[in-house]
Amino acid sequence: MSPAGPTPPGAPQVKSLNCPGCGASLTVRSFGNAVTIICESCHSVLDAQDPKLRILQQFHAATSEDRPLIPLGSRGAIRGVQYEVIGFQRRTIQVEGVSYSWHEYVLFNPAKGFRYLTEYDGHWNDISILRALPDESGGGATLKYLGETYRHFQTADAATAFVLGEFPWQVRVGEIARVSDFISPPRVISSEGSGKEVTWSIGEYRSGRDIWKAFKLQGDPPAPIGIYENQPSPMSSNVKSVWTMAGIFMILLLTLAVGVYWTESDEQVFEQMFEFNSSAGGEASFVTPVFQLNGRTSDVELTTNAGVDNDWIYLNYALINQDTGHAYDFGREVSYYHGYDSDGSWSEGKTSNSVTIPSVPPGNYYLRIEPESDPNRGLIRYVVTVKRDVPQASFFGIALLALLIPAGLVTWRSLNFEHLRWAESDYGSPADGSFLSTVGAVVDSFQSGDDE
Amino acid sequence: MTQPTANCPNCGAKITFRWSGSVQAVCEFCRSILIRTDLDLEKVGQVADLPPNASPIQIGTEGIFGKRAFSVIGRIIYEYDQGNWNEWHFVTNDGVSGWLSDAQLNYAVTFPASGEKLPRECKIGQQYTWDKQTYIVSTITKAHYCGVEGELPFQYWDKADVVFIDLMSHSEKVATIDYSEDPPLLFLGESVDFDDLKLKNLRSFEGWS
Repeated sequence: MSPAGPTPPGAPQVKSLNCPGCGASLTVRSFGNAVTIICESCHSVLDAQDPKLRILQQFHAATSEDRPLIPLGSRGAIRGVQYEVIGFQRRTIQVEGVSYSWHEYVLFNPAKGFRYLTEYDGHWNDISILRALPDESGGGATLKYLGETYRHFQTADAATAFVLGEFPWQVRVGEIARVSDFISPPRVISSEGSGKEVTWSIGEYRSGRDIWKAFKLQGDPPAPIGIYENQPSPMSSNVKSVWTMAGIFMILLLTLAVGVYWTESDEQVFEQMFEFNSSAGGEASFVTPVFQLNGRTSDVELTTNAGVDNDWIYLNYALINQDTGHAYDFGREVSYYHGYDSDGSWSEGKTSNSVTIPSVPPGNYYLRIEPESDPNRGLIRYVVTVKRDVPQASFFGIALLALLIPAGLVTWRSLNFEHLRWAESDYGSPADGSFLSTVGAVVDSFQSGDDE
Repeated sequence: MTQPTANCPNCGAKITFRWSGSVQAVCEFCRSILIRTDLDLEKVGQVADLPPNASPIQIGTEGIFGKRAFSVIGRIIYEYDQGNWNEWHFVTNDGVSGWLSDAQLNYAVTFPASGEKLPRECKIGQQYTWDKQTYIVSTITKAHYCGVEGELPFQYWDKADVVFIDLMSHSEKVATIDYSEDPPLLFLGESVDFDDLKLKNLRSFEGWS
């Protein structure tokens, strides 16, 4: 490799040859490795192993001319190795009378060999040939490779529709090969065989932006359309972690709740029974004796128990700090109705009502109470109880919900993504009930993730 | 270690054997194919121009396989209907002869092995087990000798069509059955990544660093 030594005789050089079909100059970029070379001018398919470049096939490209998004001769770094684009082809499959096409780029490095890029609707894959055979004991539905399970996605007959540049195999326009894809996003394992010989390859999903960056291409890559078979779900990797996190936080929350339950004093600071005569009229409001809220700033729970029976009482409360005059105003209704109808007995409401006032500082407090009720009701007895530092289960409930909502949302979005992915496979049309199989796929992806 | 030397019976040039087990060598100067006899060298043929070939490996390339260092001392080029490939003959620093094949820049290292019941014929997909490893027939290739270079562990020149059966496995282990001899020869080894061989003294390629 050092430039100091003499170049050995016959050091490979980039060759320039002329196409026997049209005379245009041909650049041979893969030294002696190409098996087939296609003239960019006249689209003659030439035997690259023949010194005279025998013409093997001529095809009319007029109707199917296709321009590679990465021009032949471009170089870019894939996994830290320089590769040159030397070949390009379009392949087409027919599914239910609709043809779908993708593009394949042949990449070459004189020591590392060949690698491939595929592009379909703005989705890219970086592909290399497998050196070990995958385990096919899954009966065609799954494959195992390096401990990972791949699910069968699609099998189709791919026809070569357009070719350009150099290929390390015998390529012909019109040739058909059976291609099967097995996915474990972001990877895909494909088998490709015409006849008995099968070649296995592994691909990894790449964004157009990655490719543009690797090959330093101008402009923007075409925006991806839809969801591709091995496109990593923006969610699926999150599903597991979001549930793990939710689980961890739920345990923490529970520990916290137990701790709080044990440390909160739940101290009763005031209790008194009052009577209200709704028929009496006049100013009903009054104030209670002063009571003390000691200790730290804490919540205060005020409970009203009223002797209501098929009627109601409404209480306007103000919790007033005697020292500062600061007032917490709130109103509570206690109502209880019951009876019988054609459906049997019924009831509505309760005879008690509790309200929590958060973060009340310590000090001397009293209540101002103004009851209201049906003017014809007469005497109502009610008991007002004030407690401070009360454990609030509802806070924990809200926290729990706050944990579960994002986890559920992520799971839902992930299932939805998988549903859209599998809708394009051999197993799902968007209308059928394949959602369950989608759930299965997501579950499988967790299980295979555990294998690693 | 003193390396055995002899003179080319054709041009008189000094032939230095890099490996004492070499049976065949090619004179670097006159390209005579020489067979080692008990006493001397015998010219049995002449190497035709080698086909255009772009292996980055050459005679003198050194590398490491597992924990053993090796150096490349010879090669056979085979041609088949999809092109050609190289079987580079190497010898390890502990004196074992092996092969580094470069088939369109896919690399594998194999060593001769003794296999029982080598099939006379087989089909793609058939399984065989040697040394407790199961191999699956992946390709059957009919090829012919296309050129030799350097030192080889056996006589190999001017051969007719030969059938090769390549087998893969669920790991990177590979096997090749070579039908150029009777009984056929078995080679076991593994498919390797170019970088893992840590090769030195490679050819350089115009436009590539």
